[in-house]
Amino acid sequence: MSVRGAFGELANRDQLWPFLMPARGARVDVSKQVLLYIEDLSVSFDGFKAINNLNLYINDGELRCLIGANGAGKTTLMDIITGKTHPDTGAVYFGQNIDLLGRSEAEIAELGIGRKFQKPTVFEAQTVYANLELSMRAEKGIMASLGSRLTGEKRDRIDQVLATIGLSDERALAAGALSHGQKQWLEIGMLLIADPRLLLVDEPVAGMTAQETERTAELLTSLAGERTVVVVEHDMEFVRSIARTVTVLHQGSVLAEGTMEQVQNDPKVIEVYLGDEH
Amino acid sequence: MSNLYGQFSALHQLREKAPVFVAVLFAITAWASACNLLLPEDSFFHVSTFTITLLGKYLCYALLAMAVDVVWGYCGILSLGHGAFFALGGYAMGMYLMRQIGDRGVYGNPLLPDFMVFLNWEALPWYWQGFDQFWFAMLMVLLVPGLLAFAFGWLAFRSRVAGVYLSIITQALTYALMLAFFRNEMGFGGNNGLTDFKDILGFDLQADGTRVALFVATALVLAAAYCASQLILGSKFGRVILAVRDAEARARFVGYRTETYKVWLFVYSAVLAGIAGALYVPQVGIINPGEFSPLNSIEIVVWVAVGGRGTLYGAVVGALLVNYAKTRFTGIMPEAWLFALGALFVAVTLFLPRGLTGLVMERLPRREKLKEVAA
Ligand SMILES: Nc1ncnc2c1ncn2[C@@H]1O[C@H](COP(=O)(O)OP(=O)(O)OP(=O)(O)O)[C@@H](O)[C@H]1O
Ligand SMILES: [Mg+2]
Repeated sequence: MSVRGAFGELANRDQLWPFLMPARGARVDVSKQVLLYIEDLSVSFDGFKAINNLNLYINDGELRCLIGANGAGKTTLMDIITGKTHPDTGAVYFGQNIDLLGRSEAEIAELGIGRKFQKPTVFEAQTVYANLELSMRAEKGIMASLGSRLTGEKRDRIDQVLATIGLSDERALAAGALSHGQKQWLEIGMLLIADPRLLLVDEPVAGMTAQETERTAELLTSLAGERTVVVVEHDMEFVRSIARTVTVLHQGSVLAEGTMEQVQNDPKVIEVYLGDEH
Repeated sequence: MSNLYGQFSALHQLREKAPVFVAVLFAITAWASACNLLLPEDSFFHVSTFTITLLGKYLCYALLAMAVDVVWGYCGILSLGHGAFFALGGYAMGMYLMRQIGDRGVYGNPLLPDFMVFLNWEALPWYWQGFDQFWFAMLMVLLVPGLLAFAFGWLAFRSRVAGVYLSIITQALTYALMLAFFRNEMGFGGNNGLTDFKDILGFDLQADGTRVALFVATALVLAAAYCASQLILGSKFGRVILAVRDAEARARFVGYRTETYKVWLFVYSAVLAGIAGALYVPQVGIINPGEFSPLNSIEIVVWVAVGGRGTLYGAVVGALLVNYAKTRFTGIMPEAWLFALGALFVAVTLFLPRGLTGLVMERLPRREKLKEVAA
């Protein structure tokens, strides 16, 4: 680009400067209908293979359940996708074009991948409202934060999410004062408000009452289609109620994949997983 | 409802939190200054120049404590090396004051400070150039601590050093600087440091008027720093900082580059500490490598813990109270001060996790409650 062209671009006040343009959204290439590619993935901790040559494809708009015994590698898989853990080998692609490996957590979040932790993690000292404000899709740089103002548009969005997660009355409460189930919901709300393309949800209904669990199931199912949702859960009742496709992980690899029914009748699965439940 | 949204506007936060602090600070400053300048010396209400300077010194410590609170109370970064930034700001000011002496030193050299003549140095080292200009020295007061904090923070936070490890390397930083500044070859006056200052901006440092002016200037700077800090921490930036303190991993997955936030907060804090040092040196009349002592940095943390973390005013109150106690205590039994300080720290950690101001604020919940109901 010529100097003049570059200057012209900077001087043009009608549009956002290119270097301020959010590096997210639109550019994910899902022309093959697959949003997440995980291929030949392995990671070991001190010689122990937590993920062992794992292959997994998640379609765009799908709701996928991941199940597997304790230590099967479900959380570790999410750690790798979100940039927290670096795998030894393998590839992770977001769409056909975006290589996720080697990117920082913040970059991956900006690409539109949101994550709920296994243990609910919210900003305990701050209000429910502030938790949502912080999680909003917005410029996340320092200057942007220093000058950030709570516009009417943002308030509406927060109110909307508060209503969705049923915490409208708790908005001014410190997040640390919420019940376990409410914290789970707040964390889901923090995901929603960021408008992610892909949601990774680790054990969303742990510690929830039957009623809360039901509402969570409704919410997650309603999200699929527009967004892609990957849910890890031990609660089989819950999985049965939301699942279309279930993937069973065992010792760091995929053991079986299919509908709940297929998976349940798979002899391998019965042997290693469902077997020890009964 | 307006109350709720108020929490999200930095200006509203400032209006909420600054007036009382600034009013009390200015009232005390004006009262002490007036009683020094206007009342005759034999008056019962006269405030001696010695007291004025002592108060000025306390306010410098208060600013330093606030700097530590900004990183420790709000972001959980326990720096045990903030004395280094304070001392660097102090040295920058000291160098200006040295150059102001001119040919009035013992050796009468118009260019070289006495200690350089004593060491048989021929010329002024390059890093002493420019310090005859006040504006340049002030720029260095901000830049030197700021740059050091940036380099240190960039290395430490980007490699995700945190917790005890971070505290230990901040101690190492200030210790290393102390050893360096003790060396004569460094060109900062070795273990004697910089002293025998004559005047600042042409005003005699021994004159009552100058002393009062320095005290007032310190109060003004403290008030400005308080307001600036409330503005910064009351903005969304401040909420990100709290988020980093309480759940850094979550903040990262939300999309914040937490290390960048930490680096810039650390730089801001170091600059405040540097300014405190620069205001301190003309009032006490000396800066030497002892200011880099690791123990000094630990003391600052005790002030903040005693006053209460994460409120800014708590740090100020803590610094004033502990230093007043220290002045009193060292008058009676100086050897025991360190033990008293240690005991104080343990007691506060065990029984007053929110410090003295936290204790007082807990006793005064009514006003807040009423406001909430009214809103
Ligand atoms: N950072 C780590 N260091 C060492 N070992 C680890 C680490 N993270 C995970 N592991 C190990 O890897 C294995 C897989 O753990 P992971 O947390 O992914 O299991 P999971 O399927 O999420 O189990 P759960 O259902 O109990 O949450 C476990 O044996 C665990 O101990
Ligand atoms: Mg897990």
